[in-house]
Amino acid sequence: MSDKKHAAYICAGCGLGERLDIAALEAVAKKEGKMQIVRTHPFLCSEEGVAMIRADIESEGVTHAAICACSRRAKTEAFNFPTTAIARGNLREGVIWVRPDTEEARETTQEMAEDYVRMACAEVKAMTQPAGNPNTGMNKTLLVVGGGISGMTAALEASKAGYKVVLVEKTGSLGGWAARLHRRVPTREPFKSPEDTGVADMLAAIEADPNIKVYLNATIAKTSGAPGRFKVDIAVESGPTVTEDIGAIVQATGFTLYDAGKLPHLGYGKSPHVVDQAGLEALARAANGGPIKRADGKEVKSVVFVQCAGQRDASGEHLPYCSGHCCNTSIKQAIYFKDANPDVDAVVLYTDLRTPGNGEDFYRAAQNRGVIFSKGVVSEVVPAGDGLSVKFHDLILDDRNAQIEADLVVLATGMVPNSGVNIDSLTAPQVEGQEAPAEGEVKPVSILNLTYRQGPDIPQFKWGFTDSHFICFPYETRRTAIYAAGPVRRPMDIAQAIEDATGAAMKAIQAMENAGLGRAAHPRSGDLSFPTARLEGCTQCKRCTVECPFGAIDEDEKRYPVFNESRCRRCGTCMGACPVRVISFENYSVNTVGAQIKAVNIPDEFENKPRILILACENDAYPALDMAALNRNCYSAYVRAIPVRCLGSVNTIWITDALNSGYDGVMLMGCKHGEDYQCHFVKGSELGRYRMSKVYDTLKGMNLEPERVLDLEVAITDLHTLPRKIDDYVAKIQQIGPSPFKGF
Amino acid sequence: MTSVVATNQTILVVGGGIAGMTAALEAAETGKRVVLVEKNPWLGGRTAQLYRYFPKMCHPTCGLEINLRRLKANPNVQVLTLAEVTGISGQKGDYTVTVRLKPRYVNEKCTACGDCAQAVATEIPDAFNYGLGKVKAAYLPHSMAYPMRYVLDPAIIGTPEAEAARAACKYGAIDLDQKEEVVSLKAGAIIWATGWRPYDAAKITPYRYGEFPNVITNVEFERLADPHGPTGGRILRPSDGREAKNIAFIQCAGSRDENHLRHCSRFCCMGSLKQTHYVQEKYGDEGKSTIYYIDIRAIDRFEDFYAKVRANPNVTFIKSKVARISQDKDGNPVCWGVNTEGYKRYANTHDLVVLAVGMEPEVKGVDIPAEVMSDSSGFIMADPLNGAIFGAGCATNALDVNRAVQSATAAALRAVQVVNQIARAEA
Repeated sequence: MSDKKHAAYICAGCGLGERLDIAALEAVAKKEGKMQIVRTHPFLCSEEGVAMIRADIESEGVTHAAICACSRRAKTEAFNFPTTAIARGNLREGVIWVRPDTEEARETTQEMAEDYVRMACAEVKAMTQPAGNPNTGMNKTLLVVGGGISGMTAALEASKAGYKVVLVEKTGSLGGWAARLHRRVPTREPFKSPEDTGVADMLAAIEADPNIKVYLNATIAKTSGAPGRFKVDIAVESGPTVTEDIGAIVQATGFTLYDAGKLPHLGYGKSPHVVDQAGLEALARAANGGPIKRADGKEVKSVVFVQCAGQRDASGEHLPYCSGHCCNTSIKQAIYFKDANPDVDAVVLYTDLRTPGNGEDFYRAAQNRGVIFSKGVVSEVVPAGDGLSVKFHDLILDDRNAQIEADLVVLATGMVPNSGVNIDSLTAPQVEGQEAPAEGEVKPVSILNLTYRQGPDIPQFKWGFTDSHFICFPYETRRTAIYAAGPVRRPMDIAQAIEDATGAAMKAIQAMENAGLGRAAHPRSGDLSFPTARLEGCTQCKRCTVECPFGAIDEDEKRYPVFNESRCRRCGTCMGACPVRVISFENYSVNTVGAQIKAVNIPDEFENKPRILILACENDAYPALDMAALNRNCYSAYVRAIPVRCLGSVNTIWITDALNSGYDGVMLMGCKHGEDYQCHFVKGSELGRYRMSKVYDTLKGMNLEPERVLDLEVAITDLHTLPRKIDDYVAKIQQIGPSPFKGF
Repeated sequence: MTSVVATNQTILVVGGGIAGMTAALEAAETGKRVVLVEKNPWLGGRTAQLYRYFPKMCHPTCGLEINLRRLKANPNVQVLTLAEVTGISGQKGDYTVTVRLKPRYVNEKCTACGDCAQAVATEIPDAFNYGLGKVKAAYLPHSMAYPMRYVLDPAIIGTPEAEAARAACKYGAIDLDQKEEVVSLKAGAIIWATGWRPYDAAKITPYRYGEFPNVITNVEFERLADPHGPTGGRILRPSDGREAKNIAFIQCAGSRDENHLRHCSRFCCMGSLKQTHYVQEKYGDEGKSTIYYIDIRAIDRFEDFYAKVRANPNVTFIKSKVARISQDKDGNPVCWGVNTEGYKRYANTHDLVVLAVGMEPEVKGVDIPAEVMSDSSGFIMADPLNGAIFGAGCATNALDVNRAVQSATAAALRAVQVVNQIARAEA
């Protein structure tokens, strides 16, 4: 402990010197903050100011510095001292920019500033600079599960970057769906004709690549460990199970075509001349550029493509979504016919034709070849004579009894992701009266067989796809260093799958590199802190292991938590969950926040100066407060704001401590939760709120009004409304009156 | 003089929108050295100018905050703003690039205190709000601008106002002697992520954009709906400042049209569906939206978003390409055309027309000073002839944000492959 040295630096620039009594702030830092060195600078972020701090670090041995100047989001380049623990007292955006510059406001503004100095000093004393994760795994081999276009792409691209790859494919050959295609939708100018699938070239490249080890007829029997040190058991048909050391995983397990057998009204199963898109590819491959023949050998002279077959279905019976590629695929297949024989009648019946980007050129190319596109909804396909009759509602003529005859009908059915077990359904309570799976329905089989406490596969998003819920961060699966790619993630075509798999390989490589350095993955990329637990205090309640949104914590035989640091994203949800408060990060703990709460000076009940604690999500609410300040939107001087990593990291002890020590109210500011959640730790704000709902029982026990804790959903754009909400809350608290706990 | 630390193992990223920032960060977080070049004085690009994203209706600035925090925490990235690439020579693994830096007239001492703006009276069109409002000629581009530093517009340089701004700055942050400079740097690979621009709506002459004040574009409508925008988030008609409650959205304004943009711009259907939410959000049942469309392209899992808008009784869908727009005596735009479902003619009066203009690649018509293949729409096409110059985001295709980020992440790996090869060769 003796080698710790604490210093506080107070900036007098940006109007702080004019608006605040800096000498008083110095005195607070020295006497109450117990800082060994306290210095003021007229312009702390200037070269000279920074040099002053650096000199103290180098010559005076300062290890902990409370920088009382602007927001932690400002001047980060200047106040960058990697080896020193830093706390930021937010005097500018937190105080003078949100307070009117009036004589009347001077006293409360000064009190606010003094509290922020106290808080910064208290926080920094409770911090340690993270040493980095000692439990690193240095393995940098990428596992790719699935040998279709996506998986082959991920393997080849990772290899090109110099990484070893293990590629596991459950069938006897690589290539996936693409290998069953005659041609693919064009990816290059002039976007007019179907092109070679490219599968053969990829197979040859993999064959020739010494970095890529392929297991065919193989599945993943078990995945244990963590990023950088996964142990993966690969079960090979008719052979022994092999264990590979793996750094990161790309899951490219693709899709299955929606079962056209579920569409008997469209004639599938009733006539051999109704096929799905895969069936048509098989006929086209057999024809190999010549006239396409039906199963009975008859040359097809007329063909109807039925778009959205069992897709975009509002009834709930079939797929509710659009599979994205099928319009282009039907165009391609119609061109197969036209290119073999221009006299073939090819009709595409659609509701919205969806050919984004240069697909539009391909669409025009088909029109120019004489393919007919008609807006209509097909009601029925029935055998008629030697062929079929397609009955549809013609939306252009508004003719409900329209009908076309055709030799062959192609149903554009959709993609169903091969995503393994839906782990959320494992924990969902069984609903009474719910039907058991129908006989013959295949129960999903796990793909990764993770030994994680929270289930064997990566969590699913919607309709079984393993997509990320974040627009800005499409690769954020909820299992660190395991990335989904291709149609298992989202419906997509080949060109997109190639792009997607390349991106997923990038993320996986990055995850391996960072796991080796003990650094966190997104969104706290590079963070070296990690949670530790004082197990002697642990009551084995399992809340941390259950609540971790990223499946980072397992349990040992005695049900103690086992932290896998390189799976951890450093959100602190475990810390917030722990009822006995034994979990902490070096630089973010029950204590670093608790000490700030306790450091605030609480005026007695006669002063009529309430104190309200704000715990604000550092990604959205805290920046919203900062931006309110930047726009000089003022709010009450009675609040004291502390940024938290996530509402999920808020431990209820902070709230009860605050109320016990005489705060009059607590505002929690977190992100939206629910279906369209905006929490970047997925479940953090939801779990935080759930926990807070329990706080109201505590309030009752303390004989306090429930209004003393307010849970507020805040978005980063709320810079105009948030100050008003703060003021409204302060007014309400003043109405209720001072906390009876003051002075105890 | 700006100094840039770069070698042939450095990745140069051109364009600091969400694609460029993503490419830069993904490479940097894999341990690569990156120089990020942006022509605006701030990062974030067009996503920062959106009010909300589809389909979650969340705010783009939330992701921008995360990306900026990643950037601030990462010493591997050097950001050059007000910068444009003017020359590229050399080849894959060994490029020499010249970058022209325009003066900001404000150096890194700036604390964003705003005193300079107080000293300046001249106003210029607010570029961040697509010119819908004005800002002082000493301005912070927006509340999340990075770098968080003011900019002096060249309009006041050499005038007493610039001197007044300098005098007002207590920190010596205003440097009126800054000159345009050209720096040269090495790079092993280059990611071209210069994004898109809205198609020039004035070229679609029957729609009279620029002539009828109440015909605006989708990107302008984003700024009107945004509380940070010029109207504080109120949807007001440009002609008379009246609240616009009956709004037409015209799809494929320029897109899917061989006279304009031959491609489908992909994002605009979802964009307009999203914007009907803004109308609903502001006016409830009093707000009426009409979407004129050819096909609604709510591709893949966005279908449910479309279904929800379809179910809203305040939104009407008309399958039609609007033939022309006229203006009545009250300044209301009137849309003329034929509803192709049943061939019914219409002449519908609205308070405001929003043209869902398409996406034109920013590289179109711009000379990338190197051999880079592009398709007939002007998008960069992957090709071995491009060497180690890789397109990313909307420079390569008409993409939504999600797909632009995917594309940028893929581009980062392609660049990492090149610099890793060099590193191995030199090891």
